[in-house]
Amino acid sequence: MKNNNAIIQVDHLSKIYKTEAVETTALSDISFQIDKGEFVAIMGPSGSGKSTLMHILGALDLPTTGTYILDGENVGKLNDDELADIRNRKIGFVFQAYNLLPRTTALKNVMLPMMYAGVSLEDRTVKAEKYLKMVGLGDRMGHTSNQLSGGQQQRVAIARALVMNPSILLADEPTGNIATIQAEEVMAIFQHLNGEGHTIVMITHEPDIAEHAKRIMYIRDGKIQKDGNSHKQRKARRFVS
Amino acid sequence: MDYIQLFWESLGTLTLNKTRTFLAILGIVIGIGSVIALVSLGQATQQSVSSQIESLGANLLTVEPGSTSENGVRGAAGGRTTLTLDDAKAIMSSSQVTTVSRVSPEVSRRTQVTTGGSNTNTQVVGVTPDYAIVHKVTVDSGNFITQRDVDEMAKVAVIGPQVVTDLYGDGADVLGKTLRINGQTLIVTGVTASKGGSGFMNQDDIIYVPLTTAQKVLFGQNYLSSIALEAKSADVMVDAQDQVGYLLLARHNLKDPTQADFSIMSQQDILNMASSTTGMFTSLLAGIAAISLLVGGIGIMNIMLVTVTERTREIGLRKALGAKKKTITTQFLTESIILTFTGGVIGAILGIAASFVISKLTSFPFIISLKAILLAFVVSGGIGIIFGWYPAQRASNLQPIEALRYE
Repeated sequence: MKNNNAIIQVDHLSKIYKTEAVETTALSDISFQIDKGEFVAIMGPSGSGKSTLMHILGALDLPTTGTYILDGENVGKLNDDELADIRNRKIGFVFQAYNLLPRTTALKNVMLPMMYAGVSLEDRTVKAEKYLKMVGLGDRMGHTSNQLSGGQQQRVAIARALVMNPSILLADEPTGNIATIQAEEVMAIFQHLNGEGHTIVMITHEPDIAEHAKRIMYIRDGKIQKDGNSHKQRKARRFVS
Repeated sequence: MDYIQLFWESLGTLTLNKTRTFLAILGIVIGIGSVIALVSLGQATQQSVSSQIESLGANLLTVEPGSTSENGVRGAAGGRTTLTLDDAKAIMSSSQVTTVSRVSPEVSRRTQVTTGGSNTNTQVVGVTPDYAIVHKVTVDSGNFITQRDVDEMAKVAVIGPQVVTDLYGDGADVLGKTLRINGQTLIVTGVTASKGGSGFMNQDDIIYVPLTTAQKVLFGQNYLSSIALEAKSADVMVDAQDQVGYLLLARHNLKDPTQADFSIMSQQDILNMASSTTGMFTSLLAGIAAISLLVGGIGIMNIMLVTVTERTREIGLRKALGAKKKTITTQFLTESIILTFTGGVIGAILGIAASFVISKLTSFPFIISLKAILLAFVVSGGIGIIFGWYPAQRASNLQPIEALRYE
């Protein structure tokens, strides 16, 4: 199953939460791999463990047992600051609630990850402008978050996720908070990015959003129930780069 | 880390909620302001007391009956009767004492003084003419006590301006008028120029009479209250103190200086005593002000904790995007230091303004203590670090998932 193209390599990974007396198994002994250039949707009902999986894939949390190798680095053995560094360099997050800094311009929001990476102010500005133009917000770079619609905010978040040129784009319910028509635009951007070679992992519970991916993985009770190619990948329209 | 960017970002965050920022720094403003104002006030008091003591006379040594305790604080001296006029004469004429230029034997007592219509309780001092030179007393009208007055035991008095006001009314022409002390009638022959001062050191509330008159006519005592000496220069003060000391020990048949039945205080000793008292007073004021500064610091900590809780999601996001612990700590510390430092600057300005107003309202000089201002900046910055540390640690220790989930 292993090959050199793997960007995500998960082996016998389990996550168990312990509260006083109760042990909850969120993920139990799952193994899979995601190759460079894939567009994977992870689906499952609430409580299935898909959020836990997303946290571990995002280096926000560590597995209890098993290994997670992201782009050649064993994430399970890192400390807080090393994890922060992995998130900064290798993972581009797109959240359901956009999570832009309030009262801060789109440009500054996109510049933020580069600030933590120590990129110079000039380079930060140039790159942030480039990616905002790419997601079609070239004319709204000076707008603050509250002056943008949900779809526009999510596009700022995508630009922010891309500026560090990460190994994977990790999207957690990216269309959960926005209108259908804008959700279509976000999917169009994802497909465009995937077409350019970006690896995308998207968590969603909406089947018609998941259908935009090339591969769909179903999770239930902490195990992978089904994993396969999307039979009829839906083509999103409306996005013009 | 880009610290300039961080600074501007922190400043931006603080200006978003102006009311809260203002209230947060108010405690520091008041704390620093009162430290500076009160320290300035204390130093002004110190300076004013020093200049008053200096106005008592230059190169002045005072011999008083009774011994000196270790800290230079005199015990009850009033009851001692060890100094006599002969002592004073001996000091003047002795060949051992080479460093004293003038000797002023003095008898002093507080007593009731009356005129036809009014009376006052004041200091009556029996003096010789040298008193005026040793104590820098000048006369406004009439003459000071003369040698002839002393020789003839004349019933004359030279009075201070405060006594004029108390007995005859402000600005009255008093030369030739009479006043009664202990049943004796004395004629006013002079009024001294005002020296200022207040309270226990009021140099204007004094009546001078000839030494002999005071001793024999008014109080009936042979001993002296004190002997004031003027040293030839400031450099020989210590020599003068020693020479006079050994002379008096010998005259009083004492071998051991620790048994001395008199004490010799220099102007410097008195000055040191007074400045140690006012210095203590200054530190006390500064201590009280420091407490308000502490309270201000706790206010900052409180606000920063609220801020951290409020911005939990933001902190989570920053960590998800790659901010390390140190970065988050620095960010929140920067904010609290900006808060306290701004408060420090405003407080320093207000404190200086307050001490200026105080100096205008009182006779104290206007002093800006550079040391207090520097200290205020260091302390306000320090408070930012100390009281900002805990909230900043709380922020940097947040787990990104928990923080992102926080509503």
